[in-house]
Amino acid sequence: MQTKRSTYQNRWLPYLLLAPQLIITLVFFIWPASQAVKSSVERTDPFGFKTTFIGLENYAQILADITYLNALGRTAVFSVSVTLLSMGIALLLAVCVNRVLRTSKFYTTLLVWPYAVAPVVAGVLWWFLFNPTIGLIPHLLDWFNINWNHRVSGTQAMILITIAAAWKQVSYNFLFFLAGLQSIPQPLIEAAAIDGAKPFKRFWSIVFPLLSPTTFFLIIININYVMFDTFGVIDATTKGGPNQATMTLVYKIYNDGVVGLNIGSSSAQSVMLMGIVLLLTFIQFRFVERRVNY
Amino acid sequence: MVENRPFLDFMTHLVLITGVIVVAFPVYVAFIASTHEPDAFVRGVMPLLPGDNLIESYSTMLKSGLDIGGTPPVWLMLGNSLVMALIVAFGKIFISILSAFAIVYFRFPFRILAFWIIFITLMLPVEVRIIPTYEVVANLGMLNSYAGLTLPLIASATATFLFRQFFMTVPDELMEASRMDGAGPMKFFRDILIPVSVTNISALFVIMFIYGWVQYLWPLLVTTEEGFYTIVMGIKRLMATADREPAWNLIMATVTLAMLPPVLVVLFMQRLFVKGLTETEK
Repeated sequence: MQTKRSTYQNRWLPYLLLAPQLIITLVFFIWPASQAVKSSVERTDPFGFKTTFIGLENYAQILADITYLNALGRTAVFSVSVTLLSMGIALLLAVCVNRVLRTSKFYTTLLVWPYAVAPVVAGVLWWFLFNPTIGLIPHLLDWFNINWNHRVSGTQAMILITIAAAWKQVSYNFLFFLAGLQSIPQPLIEAAAIDGAKPFKRFWSIVFPLLSPTTFFLIIININYVMFDTFGVIDATTKGGPNQATMTLVYKIYNDGVVGLNIGSSSAQSVMLMGIVLLLTFIQFRFVERRVNY
Repeated sequence: MVENRPFLDFMTHLVLITGVIVVAFPVYVAFIASTHEPDAFVRGVMPLLPGDNLIESYSTMLKSGLDIGGTPPVWLMLGNSLVMALIVAFGKIFISILSAFAIVYFRFPFRILAFWIIFITLMLPVEVRIIPTYEVVANLGMLNSYAGLTLPLIASATATFLFRQFFMTVPDELMEASRMDGAGPMKFFRDILIPVSVTNISALFVIMFIYGWVQYLWPLLVTTEEGFYTIVMGIKRLMATADREPAWNLIMATVTLAMLPPVLVVLFMQRLFVKGLTETEK
């Protein structure tokens, strides 16, 4: 790793400068993570008197547990639908903003602010709109003879959290798509237009392929967002229900560990989730970073 | 624009206006709900036009909070959120600018190791290590304190990366010239490096302020005393009472107040916000 051409020579100063960050990292990141690994191979009796080493039994139990596999599946469905929905809408809006010249600043301002809305607040907002008794949307759906009650229907609960989570994420994806679109050289588009390519043709054969680095990057970021940051959305709306239909991996860790106090199982789940994040980060660096250059 | 296509222009504006409305609609409905009296919500569907209870709803929440939900006055929670967001933002910038300075401008044993220890925090968001981190904070006696609320969120690999990238682009001559003039490393850091980093620092500040403000799970775990509730987690306490007797106007007044500060930061510092966002994540 690089440093400057010329560097300072000092025996203790660099360590002093690094100390605050290293201490916080060791105390609040490395140590807890190693504790999670440790308690994932242990069982504590209900009164906390005795801890026994049980090897990989917690992991075996989790992988045999139908509710965990269910949560894994739900998380996958949730991730894919939020990513598709928010990225699709964001791309459409970004293409439109990129087309208008004079008013693009104005529209951008009106589209980016939901980034600052807390996920739990996004959850509350949509939970209110979809409230089965007084909500506006169930009322409208009544005209189409659709009976909305996300407290009973697992599918409807999943739709609710998907909309709430995607709504908040559109602004983020929009900004990155817009930056990506603006970095595409204009002469390319003009040349295609002179050759007779219509706007839609130009989009699919020139713009969209050139956006692929942005798209790849956003897919990874969005999956990360859905896996971790949507805790608030779920806690505000469905709490994992009904009948575990919206139980994601992070929500299950919280539910088993903090609410259910099953520390061993919850730790093993944490460790497995860390593995998943590690894999995602690895994919991001190996696969996405290499494709960033046009 | 490449060619003149009036119909496509029309469609573009139509899509954008629809987009803006859909994005703003939930917030509009929440705000409208906060301007009504509680009994406006028993008649069937939620109101879509403003009521006349605006001042009443907001002053109730700001001054006294919701007694049955056990929430403190909203101004107190807003204050806690502000303190938390500021500590997180300043703290992250402070520790990561120092460590980036050490990594870029010094050559010393274990430099790469230090870098990797910092890097690994990228992979460990609070959400995956809830229980062990909670135990550490509890053992240190930091439950119900600003230190407990903020310290576990403060270490940031992204900020360190950003500063490292930026420092690499600062001309080497600046450092060499200052050294020739007899300035030591800390003098160079204070009088040259910090002033040239001001834009980056402010952009990062905007992003980290929002990050600190929207935290939910962590404050929920480490605060049990009302005096330390943040506004975003306080909403949860309001919701708990919502099953019994939904005081929709009060809930939505709180939600509006919880959204307002970070949204205003984004709107008024849009340029810094966009810069911060695109640079921290890429």
